[in-house]
Amino acid sequence: MATRAQRRSQKAQQKSEEQGYVSRSQGQMIWQAFRRHRVGNVGTIIVLLFIVGALFAQFIGPYDYSRQFRTHPYAPPSKVHWRAEDGSLSRPYVYGTKRTINEFYQANYEEDTSKKFYIRFFVSGGAKYRLLGLIPSTTHLFAAVAEDGTRTEFFLFGSDRLGRDLFTRCMVGSWVSLAVGPLVILISFPLGIVLGGVSGYYGGGVDMFIQRICEVFLAIPGLPILMAMGAALRGFGLSAILVFFGVIAALAIISWGGLARIIRGQVLAIREMDFVTAARAAGANDLRIILRHITPNITSYLVVNATLTIPGMMLTEAALSFLGYGIQEPMTSWGQLLNVATNVSSIELHPWILIPGAFIVVSVLAFNFMGDAVRDAVDPYSII
Amino acid sequence: MLTYIIRRTLYMLPLLLIVSLISFTLIKIMPGDFLTLARMDPQITEETLQSQIERFGLDRPFMVQYWLWLKNIVTRGDFGFSFDTKMPVYRTLFLGNRLPWTVFIALSTLFLQYLFAIPIGIYSATHQYKPSDHIVTFLGFLGLSIPNFFFALVLLWMLVVIFRVGDYGLTVGNAMDMHFYGAPLSWAKIVNILWHMWPVWLVLGTSGMAVLIRLMRGNLLDTLSLPYVQTARAKGLRERVVVYKHAVRNAVNPLVTILGLQLPTLVSGSVIVAIVLNLPTVGRSYFAALQRQDENVIMAGLLFFSLFLLIGNLFSDFLLAWVDPRIRYD
Repeated sequence: MATRAQRRSQKAQQKSEEQGYVSRSQGQMIWQAFRRHRVGNVGTIIVLLFIVGALFAQFIGPYDYSRQFRTHPYAPPSKVHWRAEDGSLSRPYVYGTKRTINEFYQANYEEDTSKKFYIRFFVSGGAKYRLLGLIPSTTHLFAAVAEDGTRTEFFLFGSDRLGRDLFTRCMVGSWVSLAVGPLVILISFPLGIVLGGVSGYYGGGVDMFIQRICEVFLAIPGLPILMAMGAALRGFGLSAILVFFGVIAALAIISWGGLARIIRGQVLAIREMDFVTAARAAGANDLRIILRHITPNITSYLVVNATLTIPGMMLTEAALSFLGYGIQEPMTSWGQLLNVATNVSSIELHPWILIPGAFIVVSVLAFNFMGDAVRDAVDPYSII
Repeated sequence: MLTYIIRRTLYMLPLLLIVSLISFTLIKIMPGDFLTLARMDPQITEETLQSQIERFGLDRPFMVQYWLWLKNIVTRGDFGFSFDTKMPVYRTLFLGNRLPWTVFIALSTLFLQYLFAIPIGIYSATHQYKPSDHIVTFLGFLGLSIPNFFFALVLLWMLVVIFRVGDYGLTVGNAMDMHFYGAPLSWAKIVNILWHMWPVWLVLGTSGMAVLIRLMRGNLLDTLSLPYVQTARAKGLRERVVVYKHAVRNAVNPLVTILGLQLPTLVSGSVIVAIVLNLPTVGRSYFAALQRQDENVIMAGLLFFSLFLLIGNLFSDFLLAWVDPRIRYD
């Protein structure tokens, strides 16, 4: 049931369209401005792809992410062949590999060219998992299967120290890396908005008190304290999932102060606007003024802040996990996967362990571009 | 102005006090009692242990411990004893020349950031929406999006494995070649330091450049649309004079004020780069202390980083008060 105001605005729109004018709602204008930011659109598409990838991680990755191929530690990425022996194009295939140790105790992987394992798509009979956590399935996006139905290890990105497939781990780790930002926002935003809002709206002693608390939290050095908190979490011997939530809580604790400050400033400015005075004169109570008059004016800022907080949190989580003070085994994230790459000799021997870093760079870049587009779109003062 | 400076400086003390309480609590609730570890260490004599227990009240309740810890810091500048290195805490944290190195790395990176960000921002603004503007923006965002530690790792790998700089007698990581430590200042030493520093500057510098470039670009674009700039153009001044003499001077103000805020970010960010590139900074001492649960050093390290942060904030407030005459001092 449309309200009277809505019906009136619809009528006005029809009238202006008849006269050759086009009227657009705020949402439509934001969407148009957003569409104009082409790099931002590409970023958004990449972000969506990452999210889809995280949701279907176990389907896309060919193995269980914790399965250890004990015969294949630090196996390099499988070589995909495109040509048959006679040089003609062939369906892509891989060979089985065997680990040999030479006289200097260096491991080497040799291809066994007697049997070809063709890369097939939508193959069933792999590791068991639940699609989206619901539907039990054994179908995976791809697998290397020979004519006679036997399979071989197929490591798209190589394997780690324990012979676990790095590609699967990158896919499975992506949901942790992607979830950290939104989950931190889920805690830090309510804290920052409520405390900042109350501080700015009521002022006086409450404002004084909340601002002093904010200052304390702003005086805490971010990364060093997070490292200490991570060490504490690790020391308690908590399970991986609790450490994960602990890391999120720690990130939220150190990040709400800045937000509260800005919200306070904005609310303070809006409170003095004429339309708020008018609403108060019309008899609106505090709750109505906050919800109907002040909140709409800060939502655009909040949306922008959220889209730009997510990549920042992803970087911090990656750094913490890389140092060993973030996500713990058996959970995994891109930063945690880079944890093994702490020295040059290890990277020199197995350069593929750097691949998860590319995931971080691309996703954070995509998020930043998306945030940039959102900022341009929701800013009512931007010149288009 | 002077009273403003004094008041702002004094205001740091209660903040530091609360931060000290927070870090003390955090360390004390951390599992793993250092006393038991120290008892097992044959290198620590029973007398040392006893005198430490007595001085810091390690067998007494939490608040007493905090009070004694604070009292020792304030009255005697004594942060305690590192059970790991068997040295006083400040010597462990600032081992060798780690404090000057930390400050040097942060300040030099800051200087380079501004040196490049301001001209790039001006160029970007005066070439708005041209391909070059887009490229600059993209590169800025790329720098922002690469985790510092990953960039450092990739650089390390490229220099050592791909370009094989070792074949030319060059080493990567650390602040200079080992034999230059303690050697008198010479051209060879300076060149060596520069060689070791450029990856650090690149990694740390690029992470904050995007923000500065965007700020400079946005401010200059805003300023260029102001009436007084139009007037300057209308007077027939050359475009260069309009941009550099009229617009840039006003547009650069916000960059000056966030200078102080950049500094602690750099110190914090350098922790992880220092670990990857093996730099002699306070961050690395802090990391080592964390790994060995060296409580006293961790607490002192947290206080150090907090102090740096507050000094940076203070500095940026002063700069703001200095460049913007509208700021009230009360």
